[in-house]
Amino acid sequence: MQKKMGIIATKGTLDMAYPPLILASTAAALGWDVQVFCTFYGLVLLRKDMDSISISPLANPAMPMPIPMPVFVQMLPGMEAMATMMMKQKMKSKGVASLAELREMCIEADVKFVACQMTVDLFEFDKKDFIDGIDYVGAASFMEFAGEADVCLFI
Amino acid sequence: MSFDKELDTRGMNCPLPILKTKKALADMTTGQVLKVISTDAGSVKDMQAFANQTGNALISTAEEKGEYIFMMQKK
Repeated sequence: MQKKMGIIATKGTLDMAYPPLILASTAAALGWDVQVFCTFYGLVLLRKDMDSISISPLANPAMPMPIPMPVFVQMLPGMEAMATMMMKQKMKSKGVASLAELREMCIEADVKFVACQMTVDLFEFDKKDFIDGIDYVGAASFMEFAGEADVCLFI
Repeated sequence: MSFDKELDTRGMNCPLPILKTKKALADMTTGQVLKVISTDAGSVKDMQAFANQTGNALISTAEEKGEYIFMMQKK
């Protein structure tokens, strides 16, 4: 019987946008039926434009830095943009797929993305900014899928 | 060893070798053999896991100068 995985994607930083897309695309490649419920900051996974997804070195002591950097430097204007640029360059040089590429592979492999309607209302997001083909749902809809799932992850 | 198609994933990192393998197999017919070349050390375990879960047969795994060569036969 086909295995099922439900993922709740709640984070919107560059590093945390990766795990849901990597696991969803891989599970789909293995023949799994996958649904990703995007809520709160996880909704950035559904934006047409993924370029603005960033990473901050602030409050992230595990992030490898080329040179040791005190917190008061990390909070200067432009540091987030610089960290994001450096991270993206590093990923490219190591052959790590871009977020847009991974999402495209998820969609090709029939991963179902659903958006939390409550969060869309809360942040007054415009549905025009999101990719086509997604459903806007509530917790009950996700539970219907999750209740049948073999694996369920909160990321 | 003979093969019907070759897939070069040199330089690609997880999960790209697996995703590209899946795509390459989709265009092939039952019994055909796909040769995959990878530089991702993690792909050694991952290709086996892919084969176990999809039913495609991993006929051989070899390492040559830091490159991994897999022969995968389509189910």
